[in-house]
Amino acid sequence: MSHRVVVTGLGVVAPNGTGVPEFEASLRLGRSGIRHVEAMAEAKFACTVAGVPQGVDELVEQEFDEDERLVMNGSHRFASLACLEAWRTAGLERPARDSAEVDWDTGAIIGTGIGGMDTTAEKVIPLTNAGKVRRIGSTSVEQVMASGVSARISGQFALGNQVTTNSSACSTGTEAIAMGTERIRAGAAKRMLCGGSEAATHYIWAGFDAMRVLNRRSNDAPEKASRPLSASAGGFVPGAGAGVVMLESEESALERGAKIFAEIAGQGINCGGHRMGGSMTAPNPESVRRCIDAALADASLSAADVDAINGHLTATGADPKEIGSWSAALERGPGELPLITATKSMIGHTLGAAGAIESVASILMLKGGYVHPSINCEDVHPEIEAHASSIPHELREFEDMKVIVKAGFGFGDVNACLVFRKWES
Amino acid sequence: MEQSQVMEGVVKILTPWVKNDEALQAVSLETNILDDLKVNSARLVDVVIAFEDEFDIEIDDEDVDTVNTVGDAVQLISSKLG
Repeated sequence: MSHRVVVTGLGVVAPNGTGVPEFEASLRLGRSGIRHVEAMAEAKFACTVAGVPQGVDELVEQEFDEDERLVMNGSHRFASLACLEAWRTAGLERPARDSAEVDWDTGAIIGTGIGGMDTTAEKVIPLTNAGKVRRIGSTSVEQVMASGVSARISGQFALGNQVTTNSSACSTGTEAIAMGTERIRAGAAKRMLCGGSEAATHYIWAGFDAMRVLNRRSNDAPEKASRPLSASAGGFVPGAGAGVVMLESEESALERGAKIFAEIAGQGINCGGHRMGGSMTAPNPESVRRCIDAALADASLSAADVDAINGHLTATGADPKEIGSWSAALERGPGELPLITATKSMIGHTLGAAGAIESVASILMLKGGYVHPSINCEDVHPEIEAHASSIPHELREFEDMKVIVKAGFGFGDVNACLVFRKWES
Repeated sequence: MEQSQVMEGVVKILTPWVKNDEALQAVSLETNILDDLKVNSARLVDVVIAFEDEFDIEIDDEDVDTVNTVGDAVQLISSKLG
């Protein structure tokens, strides 16, 4: 028997809001979290703006003991705060650190696109090259191992079910939630903390700057720099943070009287095989369409049931193609496409965290009955112009919204799609 | 440097890693770092690096193996300080 999966907790560390209340206030207002980053300017990046979460160190200091703080790098800090918030909003008690009990029914899939690049760049490489390997200390392995971010979480919450880290570039966060959904459906876990985390370090962003895929035209106006759907989009703005959802079987949630934010109605994961226009860096449009179709089929919904879309929409040349894929997948032409918005317009592209933070945004919109503004696209891209009426430049109240779809696409031609349905008991 | 000053520095460096606060409150030269203070053995390398930085000394790997108690650490550091 397949179990229905619901969301009972949310946690977020985003460039425009650390914690769900501040994040949602920013979403409603269309408030950007993009700022000048001096380290990028000093290193002669062409793009010198990024989305960096604020107030994180103070919160980490409040919430975690000194020995925990000493072993966490950037992505661990973001993930730890987001998981703690998701845990608390799920109404669960944080386990005592000296407790001997293990929660065998709860696991975690916390992904990362890049991993512990800050540790590698700031500690492992300089000390190794200086012949001071011994001074690397004990913490680098647990920080740079791909699974370090989920391993950190398992200790904080005494998790005894599956604990792992997925990595599929910019679809990582979306994929993590899809994977956790399957585990709960199969009855292998009651609860799964799922999401993604990415550190705020210019060492991660350097390679993207070198690829000339970051926006280098808006350094003097950071809040205008992330421009998905716009004719003047000049590449994406890098970002950082973490998003986490607590997935739970419907039975478990109802049994303990948990607050339910939304249902995960369906999911789809696939790859374009670097064919039919797909490549390492570009999605195969046919695979995108199939991924969306698969998620809707999994939810037993038709294209007509989709009320809103939170796109991948990065502000690169791929945006018009993505709109074309949504239109094809939903078989809804100009003027018929559901409202489509881009959370990245406010937070930039948070890479492995993007799908997770944007899923949190999607769930908040569904629960709150609105679609947040997609900012910085007053000049809609000419190839998207026909669908302009579907783009909310201001907040749109949408109390009757029942279904919102979130998709994420990543290098490697990988795709993941989630269908969130309003929870009605 | 007085032995008490070395002891104070050693305890300060160990403190964040201590899992047994009662043992820390009653810390003495005889207190065992792993068994009594419940410091995770993997973190000893970080503790030793911190000793080196705090006291501006170098500690060989062989010397590290001789440190079991707080007193062992104090003695080793004091010997390096001459």
